[in-house]
Amino acid sequence: MYPEELKYSKEHEWVRMNGSIAEVGVTVFAQESLGDVVFVDLPEAGTEVEQFAKFGEIESVKAVSDLFSPVGGKIVEVNSEATDRPEAVNEEPYGSGWLIKVEISDTAQLDVLMDAATYEATLE
Amino acid sequence: MTINTIAANAGDIDRRLLMDRSVPGRKAFTVPESDVPEQTLPDSGMLRNDVELPEVSQLEVIRYFSVLSQLNFSIDTNFYPLGSCTMKYNPKINDELSNLPGLADIHPLQPDETVQGAIRLLKSLQDDLGEITGLPGVSLAPLAGAQGEYAGLLIARAYHDARNDSERVVAIVPDSAHGTNPASAAMAGLEVATVRSDAEGNVDVENLRELADSRTAVFMLTIPSTLGLFEPNILEITKIVHDAGGLVYADGANLNALLGIVKLGDLGVDICHSNLHKTFSTPHGGGGPGSGPVMVSEELAKYLPKPVAEKTDDGYVLATPEQSIGPINGFHGSFSIAARAYAYIRALGLEGLRSVSENAVISANYIQARLKDKYDLAADRYCMHETVLSATRQKKRGVAGLDIAKRLLDFGIHAPTMYFPMIVDEALMIEPTESESKETLDHFIAVMRQIDDEIDSAPELVLEAPHDLPVTRLDEATAARKPVLRWTPDE
Amino acid sequence: MPSSVNTSANHPYIPSTDSERAEMLGVIGVDSLDGLLGDIPAEHRHPKLNLAPGLSEQELAVEFSAIAAENASSLSGYISFLGAGSYSHYIPSTVRSILQRGEFVTAYTPYQPEAAQGTLQVGFEFQTVICQLTGMEVANAGMYDGPTAFAEACLMAARVTKRTKIGVLASDDSRLPDTLLAYSKYQGIEIVSIDPQTTEIPDDLACIGIQSPNFFGEIEDVERLTNLAHANGALSIVHVNPIALGLFRPPGDFDVDIVTAEGQPLGVPMAFGGPYVGLFACKKAHIRQMPGRIIGRTTDTKGRIGYVLTLQTREQHIRRERATSNICTSTQLIGLMVTVYAATLGKQGIKDLANLCYQKAHYAASEIDRLAGFSVDSTGAYFHEFVVTCPDSPAKINAALLDEKIIGGLDISDRSNNGMLVCVTETSSKADIDRFVAALSKIGAAS
Repeated sequence: MYPEELKYSKEHEWVRMNGSIAEVGVTVFAQESLGDVVFVDLPEAGTEVEQFAKFGEIESVKAVSDLFSPVGGKIVEVNSEATDRPEAVNEEPYGSGWLIKVEISDTAQLDVLMDAATYEATLE
Repeated sequence: MTINTIAANAGDIDRRLLMDRSVPGRKAFTVPESDVPEQTLPDSGMLRNDVELPEVSQLEVIRYFSVLSQLNFSIDTNFYPLGSCTMKYNPKINDELSNLPGLADIHPLQPDETVQGAIRLLKSLQDDLGEITGLPGVSLAPLAGAQGEYAGLLIARAYHDARNDSERVVAIVPDSAHGTNPASAAMAGLEVATVRSDAEGNVDVENLRELADSRTAVFMLTIPSTLGLFEPNILEITKIVHDAGGLVYADGANLNALLGIVKLGDLGVDICHSNLHKTFSTPHGGGGPGSGPVMVSEELAKYLPKPVAEKTDDGYVLATPEQSIGPINGFHGSFSIAARAYAYIRALGLEGLRSVSENAVISANYIQARLKDKYDLAADRYCMHETVLSATRQKKRGVAGLDIAKRLLDFGIHAPTMYFPMIVDEALMIEPTESESKETLDHFIAVMRQIDDEIDSAPELVLEAPHDLPVTRLDEATAARKPVLRWTPDE
Repeated sequence: MPSSVNTSANHPYIPSTDSERAEMLGVIGVDSLDGLLGDIPAEHRHPKLNLAPGLSEQELAVEFSAIAAENASSLSGYISFLGAGSYSHYIPSTVRSILQRGEFVTAYTPYQPEAAQGTLQVGFEFQTVICQLTGMEVANAGMYDGPTAFAEACLMAARVTKRTKIGVLASDDSRLPDTLLAYSKYQGIEIVSIDPQTTEIPDDLACIGIQSPNFFGEIEDVERLTNLAHANGALSIVHVNPIALGLFRPPGDFDVDIVTAEGQPLGVPMAFGGPYVGLFACKKAHIRQMPGRIIGRTTDTKGRIGYVLTLQTREQHIRRERATSNICTSTQLIGLMVTVYAATLGKQGIKDLANLCYQKAHYAASEIDRLAGFSVDSTGAYFHEFVVTCPDSPAKINAALLDEKIIGGLDISDRSNNGMLVCVTETSSKADIDRFVAALSKIGAAS
């Protein structure tokens, strides 16, 4: 449910590091709470984002939630599969349903994020 | 038992759209021939080719829409306990009278002297609504509750602007508020500050005291609340807001509980709106038209949106108040809706209106009393005209409020309002209104109890409901992901 | 404290009897209604209301007949040449007939789609009709009226372009920018007037709001103005007359971004100004910024076609203060009337009707233009409204016309010197028009 190699924010986003690139998405909990995701509103590649700032919105049939970036830096890639096929976020929230890739400015940012066990505990 | 037996037994009903039923050359209507000498048309480059519209016979038009109507639940055919919607009987005489020649066919811009009857009707309704709410300044211009709310907020802003109090940019709104409240506040350029409800479902008075300050333009409160409860601290609440220099706005959606019981103006309310399509019996029409008159204190009447009907020495006129917030829509409001509401008030009269609220309150409490052993109450106290249940016990047994709502449809009962207010978990808001007989209430209670039993004995009946309607649950996710919003030829 | 429950005879709208109420109060566990009203401050409970006693249905009917008789209409022998946003058209019997169906009239907003497929399918047909008339890709299920639809369109343009300046063509009906002002007053929006003949516009406009036919009845050069808007990064909004679309090319032909209209001419009574329905259509690309309800097609668990409200996350009940609009209840039943009307007129009927209105209006204009002292100065193409320049103030002329039971055109002398905006539709016979012309002739000669 909550892969060990990822880091988590309290707003239910996850981070997977590849060198200095952070891949970001929403957790299983988030997509379950939302229900069927119908629309994802993501910024353009090249946009700068601050850690914990809003970078987009995610909509289900009956709800809309803000997306907060767990890391700060420059958005270098945006997942067109998530925008073309929003159901990917429900199907593979940690895989093909990723949302943005951020080139992070400062790896120390990761220290304030939670590991899998800590995040899961917050869901109790 | 369903009431819509035609629909239920119809198997696969023909859901083809009109364009798919069209046959070239068929028509449902003949426009008369011209009786004037032929005139030159403009340059052909300005003219269009054909309009793609249906080509069907007149019987096909009648049959198509008649069959479609049978796919609906409605007050005329079903019990419709939608909380906060006040689905009461829509008297047929009101439809008939508002459509009389002389009322349906008058133009809004006719000179006042040619529409004295119409303006007199508007003035009379204004007076009656002012009397009922205790707020004498009335405009019937707003075309729905949300427009009435918005007009009310513009009035509040105009009041503060006139006092050069430009700091007042905050609207305080309870966490239980209807979505139109913060939406209207945002449109009026107000920041929304949320005040908490306490465990009893009342406004947390101490939290309000913290929030009300020199930036408060208005406090928006639904009375009774969206939990169907009357604020026991209402006088203290309005005093807090007034002491801070703000105005109190009451969302009058739930006015059906208060007719002849209490006047909003007496409670310290400065501005309110009412929904004629709720309290005053005008038809919902599947989503409107409505009418949302705005009522204000004497002091604020000068800011009302135009027009306001007035009686002068020379007769009735449509006037613009001296510092009016201006027009908020095209003409004078929903006149034939106002006509229906006026007919309703005249038919009930003083005693009848009081009786409406008294019976509405008794009926809601009766349902609450007979279901509270099976369903949690949002607040364990007497309600007003509606009761809010929380399906938390049912959720623990595997069934959500949504499923219960869908299962009710199988019994020919429209679902109550679901998931509102947002502060109540698995909320089911039930408003029977005074129109329903005790047999209907008892039947509803029996069905709710049966559904609760089914959760254990036959859960799929509830989880996969409705079973007996023209469609089962619909795929709303695909509808939102891949919107198909009109007929297209490549079917 | 005596029971405050009304123990008078039952009202036809209220079924509970005294004994039933007593039984229910017993179950609830209170002696009287007052036991349920404890939270209401005692000093304010049961106020005196100055309202008349109730009337029987028969008495009510008599009262309303008297009210109706005090208004001048065709029933009392008047003919009218008023337009300016509300129009007299013949309403087919099919419309009134379907309005008798209580299943449509007394249904609620279709939030439970399984119980509302009638309302929803009609709404889908309505959206289709609006797209077909306007030539646009998508339409919503209706707004309050034409002017609020226009206002919402301008605000939508501001959201889409992220600009705050809205251009409104100077030839628009002033009700359009007036309503826009009410809607935009506290949103940091600036409204500027644009000359219809202009070849340049500010480069920071969110949109140009064009009315065509314009307030004076004339067709604007929508194509040219749209291109001008687009060249400057602005959207093109066109406010149309839906009957005129039976004759003239629709805005969809010109790459317009948003189309609005007053839907009243399509089978809705004038009814002293309402209720009407605002038509709203736009390009598919902008759909998430479109206000109002939208109905979409989908399937149920058995694969059968059904209709639902969709894209609801734009709306107030979900997005609350970030909603595209605060609109909740709008005008669904009026939309039903429009849909039945469009189905009844059909492909040929809408063309015939538009042509008939055109013919009669142009006949009237040419006859009036021939009168000494009067002139009709429409320079371009016009549909069924035109401006008459009168020999005297239109107010005086209209007063004299009233004596002949004729309601003249709208006095627009504030925008056009001694101007009267005359509208002629299919509901004016040649005899009516000739009577109007004769009266004008007589009045003109006397002035």
